[in-house]
Amino acid sequence: MVEVMSENKFDYFIKGEKNKWEVIIGLEVHAQVLSKSKLFSSSSTKFGAEPNTQVSLVDSALPGMLPVINQFCIEQSIKTGLGLKAKINRHSVFDRKNYFYADLPQGYQISQYKNPIVGEGEVILDMPYGTKKIGIERLHLEQDAGKSIHDMDLENTFVDLNRSGIALMEIVSKPDLRSPEEVNAYVKKLRSIMRYLATCDGNMQEGSLRADVNVSVRKVGEKKYGTRCEIKNVNSIKFMQMAIEHEAKRQVKLLEDGKAVDQETRLFDTKKNITKSMRLKEEAHDYRYFPDPDLLPLKIDKSLIDKLRKTLPELPDEKKDRFIKNHNISAYEANILISEKEISDYYEEVIKHADKKLAANWIIGDLFAVLNRKNLSITRSPVSAKNLSILINLISSGEISGRIAKEVFEIMIEKDDNPKEIVESKGLRQQSDPKELEIIITEILSKNNEKVVQYRNGKEKLFVFFVGQIMKSSGGRANPKLVNEILKSKLK
Amino acid sequence: MTDLTNFTLVDLVKGIKNKDFSSEEITKSFIKNAESSDKLNTYITKCFDEALLSAKNFDKKNKPSGLLPGIPIAVKDMFCTKNVKTTAGSKILNNFLPTYESTVTNKLWFEGAFLLGKLNCDEFAMGSSNETSFFGNVTNPFGEKIVPGGSSGGSASALAANLTPATIGTDTGGSIRQPASFTGTVGLKPTYGRCSRWGIVAFASSLDQAGPLTKTVEDCALLFQAISGYDPKDSTSINIKVNNFSSNLTETVNNLTIGIPKEYRVENMPVEIDKLWKKGIDFLKDAGVVIKDISLPHTMYALPTYYIVAPAEASSNLARYDGVKYGHRSKGNNLIEMYENTRSEGFGDEVKRRILIGTYVLSSGYYDAYYLKAQKVRKLIKEDFDKAFKNVDAILTPSTPSSAFKIGEKKDDPVSMYLNDIFTVPVNLAGLPAISIPSGYDKNNLPLGLQLIGKPFDEQMILNLSLALQKRINFKRNIKAWWK
Amino acid sequence: MSIDKETIKHISKLARISLDEKQVDNLSKDLSSIIKFIEKLNKLNTDDIEPLTSIIDASLRFRKDEILEGKIREQILKNSPEKNEEFFVVPKVVE
Repeated sequence: MVEVMSENKFDYFIKGEKNKWEVIIGLEVHAQVLSKSKLFSSSSTKFGAEPNTQVSLVDSALPGMLPVINQFCIEQSIKTGLGLKAKINRHSVFDRKNYFYADLPQGYQISQYKNPIVGEGEVILDMPYGTKKIGIERLHLEQDAGKSIHDMDLENTFVDLNRSGIALMEIVSKPDLRSPEEVNAYVKKLRSIMRYLATCDGNMQEGSLRADVNVSVRKVGEKKYGTRCEIKNVNSIKFMQMAIEHEAKRQVKLLEDGKAVDQETRLFDTKKNITKSMRLKEEAHDYRYFPDPDLLPLKIDKSLIDKLRKTLPELPDEKKDRFIKNHNISAYEANILISEKEISDYYEEVIKHADKKLAANWIIGDLFAVLNRKNLSITRSPVSAKNLSILINLISSGEISGRIAKEVFEIMIEKDDNPKEIVESKGLRQQSDPKELEIIITEILSKNNEKVVQYRNGKEKLFVFFVGQIMKSSGGRANPKLVNEILKSKLK
Repeated sequence: MTDLTNFTLVDLVKGIKNKDFSSEEITKSFIKNAESSDKLNTYITKCFDEALLSAKNFDKKNKPSGLLPGIPIAVKDMFCTKNVKTTAGSKILNNFLPTYESTVTNKLWFEGAFLLGKLNCDEFAMGSSNETSFFGNVTNPFGEKIVPGGSSGGSASALAANLTPATIGTDTGGSIRQPASFTGTVGLKPTYGRCSRWGIVAFASSLDQAGPLTKTVEDCALLFQAISGYDPKDSTSINIKVNNFSSNLTETVNNLTIGIPKEYRVENMPVEIDKLWKKGIDFLKDAGVVIKDISLPHTMYALPTYYIVAPAEASSNLARYDGVKYGHRSKGNNLIEMYENTRSEGFGDEVKRRILIGTYVLSSGYYDAYYLKAQKVRKLIKEDFDKAFKNVDAILTPSTPSSAFKIGEKKDDPVSMYLNDIFTVPVNLAGLPAISIPSGYDKNNLPLGLQLIGKPFDEQMILNLSLALQKRINFKRNIKAWWK
Repeated sequence: MSIDKETIKHISKLARISLDEKQVDNLSKDLSSIIKFIEKLNKLNTDDIEPLTSIIDASLRFRKDEILEGKIREQILKNSPEKNEEFFVVPKVVE
């Protein structure tokens, strides 16, 4: 499914001793829903609270407690489904997934098994070798579990149920991913879509976005899928990529040695950079799914779906297409500008009053360079969007040259002052008065008569020399375009 | 002084309002009776000191209001009562003190009643004889070695022995109606969704319902009205108006049509039961009712269906009893060992049996053959009733296939115990309301009940019919207090 | 169909209930007779029947997204057999 539109070709393969192998990857992303209260109870979902202070009677599964569903969580899943261009199922069912663990107070998780709220959809990736569609199998709602803390005590585990019951969207991809880079792009795109929709904050450090990775390999040209392993508990994109690479190589080695790959769950050891089998502690899980009898089937009105569809903000892909079409910027630039909602917000703030192309260049070039240097995100940019917009306008109006603008920008990094004031106070305004320029140019030419003669006799390279002298004499403020014009006419 | 414990609930309420007697007098009478009746083993937790205090406070305030002003009521130990031990008849909850009150009991207190104590029941409401309780068997007032029925055995026995003026139980497969039948009392299982399940220890979520056990039909209507109502905390609670069931009660039932299902005439049915059934039919005819023969063709599949669905749901509902958050915890070298020991020590044999069957029928490879199949058959059973109710207003059947049996008689054979529920179980599967009223005695002088099944939310209809029957049957509950 | 001892051991593991040999024996007998009783359902052809999805003819009711509960740590931990001021305490999972 790779449409090669550029010169770059997809080339991620594992080269074994005997064969070339393709890596097949599917992802199950767990995204915490942005909502005030939990999926089936009205305790808070806020991150970082004191242990067991955001736990209700229902959350701690006391006798006789019953679930009541949060309407907003349903709407958030529908919105996410719409953002994934997916089918919203008007009829869905909540099932119990039965197993025992200390942070699962009910002894079962309320999830969705055969009838999820959202069906098939897609995510589009922009890779160097072209765009690629990654299929979404489904999205369903389920409860998050609490936290088991193993390292605070030698003999015991401590259990905190604050997280227990928070709404999770589980987004299952089709096995369409083929490399760690594609996984990187996919997770970032998913995250971006949900942040645009404000349905999940995508904060991987706080655990609001996690993924289980399914990896298998097959010889290039083979149609059948190989046996896959699931890697759980990988909590950063970087580790995901490392885990995939290691796991693919491990499987290739096994297969080329004539052994079989066991279908199992594995953990990624971030210190040793290897995947380890969980099989010893992982008993055969028989979740005994059945429809939760405390809940009725979920019926969604078409009118609700339509209402939510109307409230959707512009999604990254749509925004990107619009930028490319209407703003005269390249696909590469557009991609960067929409990659994070904060970046596109910043860009759109700047272009309210400033030239779009210049804005794109300045953000992607100069601003990003500063942000990278200082390790800041754009939300903590030392230069505000408003002031950058003013700076760009100063260039467009000819008041300062591009070069001077860069000087001003450096000053703005230290202090987010209005660039107009900086230009004023430092006297950096571009000299654009033709009469003034004529005086300077005439002076320079008269001081350099021989060179003028040489130029007129054919030494065209001297033009640059004259320009340099004029610039020097004007303290760099001479309007380059006018200088060129006037100089040319004077040298005729 | 007249024995207040003999009074009906309605008469007690009347008397309190008329100031014929005080709440303290009533409460003292029942406490006296209860304290000399330990042999019946109906009370798990006695709240007599607190009840007396509540009674005194009520009398002092002198502002009787609500449907049950100043009435002490003991309830089945499946209802979570705030700060009062709630055990569900199990060792695993032997020390459990809820910090919350169930919606249904809260409604009782709102209507002016107060808690007299928590009554014994089969463990986690699983049983038909109150022989599976961690707190020991309950005895039927009708005989020293006779079971009271179950799972609301403690409730029915206490009621019949005048140890509480009225009570509420829970009914999942007949656990209110069958003990009512065995003790000569009235028991109502409301339509599924009529009463809130919030705060009731869950057994089988799609079948459980709370309901009243009382001495008379009039008492039943009053108590039913008090506990009904929509609860937003229960997603299976239905938002339907609570009518004035008590004041709307009438014995005018002429021109109603009653269905007699032929499939309820089972093989080897005791002659007395058939006779009482026929007598009931005659009484109803006398009241102007039209009798019609109907067929509920899938009746014979109801028990097997129930014994798949109920244990399956129970196996999941009881997973929370793991020793982590509350209840009994056993020692273990690691988490799994702790779980296994806790649940092994904490649960009795019948509960273990049902959890294991439930786990089995949901397990991989068996789900389709058992659980899914049972849900399909359940649909057919419900459709049988839907079809029948197009032509009749209510259905009359016996409540139980026999009168109360001896303690220990059926303990060794779980399936023979399950057969007790043959007439009551289809009602839970279809979510319908049904009431058992005492209809007479068998040759051993043990009571037998008749059951009226109604359309969804048509409790008024079956209460009215029950009243008409009650008047004509004129059942007398003659019990000598041999246990005192 | 009967339920043999291996099956009993397997389901008791799933249900986290430990059993001694005698109990396994008894349960094998009991459950086999219960299953035999349940299998009466096989006589009925239900190929074209949809399973019952809910006894109530209604759909799931929604709740508003508001914070109405929580901050009751003491109450939550009160009944726990083993706890400290902040957490439930349980024996470790075997690593």
